[in-house]
Amino acid sequence: MSDTTQSYQNIAPSGAAKFRQRILPFAVFIAIILLIPLTDPSRTMYALMHQMAIYIVFAVAYNMLLGKGGMLSFGHAVYFGLGGYLCMHAMNWIADGTGIWGSFPTFFLPIIGFVGGGLAAIVIGSFSTKRSGTTFAMISLGVAELIFAGAFMFDSLFGGEQGINGDRMNGPEVFGLSMGPQSDIYWFMAFWTILAVIAMYAFTRTPLGRLSEATRDNPQRVEFIGYNPQRVRWLVFSLSGAFAGLAGGMSAVNYEIFTPEALSLIPSGFVLIMAYVGGITYFVGPIMGAILLTYMSSMMSDFTEAWLLYLGLMFVLIVMYAPRGIAGIIFGIWDGIRGPNAGEMMRKWAVQLAGGLLMLIGLIVLVEVAVRWSNGWGEAFEPFGLHFTHGSIVTWIVIIVPLVAGGYLLRLAGREKEEMPA
Amino acid sequence: MTAPALSLKNLCKSFGPAKIINDVTLDIAKGERHAIIGPNGAGKSTLFNLISGLYTPTSGTVSLNGTLISGVAPFEINRMGLSRSFQVSNIFANMTVRENVRCGVLHSLGQGYAFWKSVTSSKEVQEKTYEVLEHCSLVDKANTPAALLPYADQRALEIAITIAGGANVILLDEPTAGMSHSETDRAVELIRKSTEGKTLVIVEHDMGVIFDLADRISVLVYGEIIASAPPSEIRGDPKVREAYLGDEALPEETV
Repeated sequence: MSDTTQSYQNIAPSGAAKFRQRILPFAVFIAIILLIPLTDPSRTMYALMHQMAIYIVFAVAYNMLLGKGGMLSFGHAVYFGLGGYLCMHAMNWIADGTGIWGSFPTFFLPIIGFVGGGLAAIVIGSFSTKRSGTTFAMISLGVAELIFAGAFMFDSLFGGEQGINGDRMNGPEVFGLSMGPQSDIYWFMAFWTILAVIAMYAFTRTPLGRLSEATRDNPQRVEFIGYNPQRVRWLVFSLSGAFAGLAGGMSAVNYEIFTPEALSLIPSGFVLIMAYVGGITYFVGPIMGAILLTYMSSMMSDFTEAWLLYLGLMFVLIVMYAPRGIAGIIFGIWDGIRGPNAGEMMRKWAVQLAGGLLMLIGLIVLVEVAVRWSNGWGEAFEPFGLHFTHGSIVTWIVIIVPLVAGGYLLRLAGREKEEMPA
Repeated sequence: MTAPALSLKNLCKSFGPAKIINDVTLDIAKGERHAIIGPNGAGKSTLFNLISGLYTPTSGTVSLNGTLISGVAPFEINRMGLSRSFQVSNIFANMTVRENVRCGVLHSLGQGYAFWKSVTSSKEVQEKTYEVLEHCSLVDKANTPAALLPYADQRALEIAITIAGGANVILLDEPTAGMSHSETDRAVELIRKSTEGKTLVIVEHDMGVIFDLADRISVLVYGEIIASAPPSEIRGDPKVREAYLGDEALPEETV
């Protein structure tokens, strides 16, 4: 081994650090996925987890663009949707069994989604990635509207309002999965989620992955190290679209139907919120966001009809006060506990937590009372046997006092931070 | 006769009615260390931007080793062997020092836009990165995020990225601006070492650095080159004294 070889290995991360930072998280992730079926989940749980898997892949793919590439897209569901639609057609070709499709297992449909989403992104990206920043964001919005509108015009491709449906239980079986029961689909989801997430992580370690971050931070300098930033953006955009298409393929197999809504601004916005709430500066952020928001969207709607309002509030609060998202909060706490001022930090967090919870109580009472009042059913909000009506003075005390007290505590904790010497 | 490393012919650049560069003609031979000096607003940075492809000339041409490069995209000019630094540190702030240099190395070692292999798979890239880090005395800061570097080290990193691709023509825009005396000395040493056998074009305000480093000096005033000669002649040129140096003391001849 030459001198230089030894020397550059000295400055590279050590084997142990690499294991801790790169291998271990994936090992835990995979282990959790493999262990979940042992808990014998209910059908509802399966349905929820499959939805999570789809959104994990979609959100991480989206973050290749937003977090790693610095491109804010308002229409990434276009590639999710086009990939998914292609898979629905492929599913029907498999059912017909003509040509090579007769021997194509539905298990591998996400590959078709990958190709479909990727091709769409190559074509659309060829002009949309010429610009970055606001221009790119506006083009993505325009393209999303265009494709959505177009979807209602081309019925044979998109199936009009009914969409296109199919049957996943055709074609040859692989890995002994009939693709019928939810537990079979679980392994399908596990396979593609693990594969896609590892592939997308590996991408961040490739030359193009590094250049993508370089282009995000400083496109001008990229030009002066011999790279065309437009080309970098286009390639990253295409790959991101391809992985979004793969998620679309997973969705096609899961639901056996695709409607034009899947291409609309609503899922595009939802994936943006997922990635952002999870934390776009971390690879794991969008995974956390996807799990949390999928859970919220399916479970919170059982508790309250105002859940979208809570979702919106959470998004606004994260953007304003925790721009590094949930992953940022978790890693921040982790670093704080291990840091030198652990006691100090914990005290501050306790105050912040108390303040946040107090405000939350006031807010929940306000929202729930308001929703019931505005619906005109004359219902009262009755948590834990309590009775809140919009006319009662007690209700307003329970709203205002916690809001004010919580706000005061949060300001107190915030001010302490400012007073601490730098 | 071989073509000059850089050749500017009747170069003009206007922004609206304002003529920033006016009919500049200049040949810079291979291996020459050429300094461009001039008062603030003389158009030095604009000249750099024209040469490196950031701006397209209003008229006139720029040639690199005999090949016309005016109107060519900056990344293509860079691939042809011309690299530049910036007056304001222009680094990848969110990356570590090592990753910064590695980005600068990638293209010259044929890594292209590869997304099918790890960035660490090429031994050549690793070794070249280390070489550049060592050359610029940045090895012990290799894993520091670039944004956290002290100012002088950021400037060194700026130079490191500039030379990482192995370009033959190096353009440095005020590399020692804002540095202390000892830092400046270190930077000059680094520049001298890094441009050994290469063509250097440097814009600088520190006269000590200029007269120390340059083989030839061009004086740019209001977009025109009023003199282009070796340091000893520039020192004595009355036109230069009047137009630019004024009463400022020139470093005394100390030979």
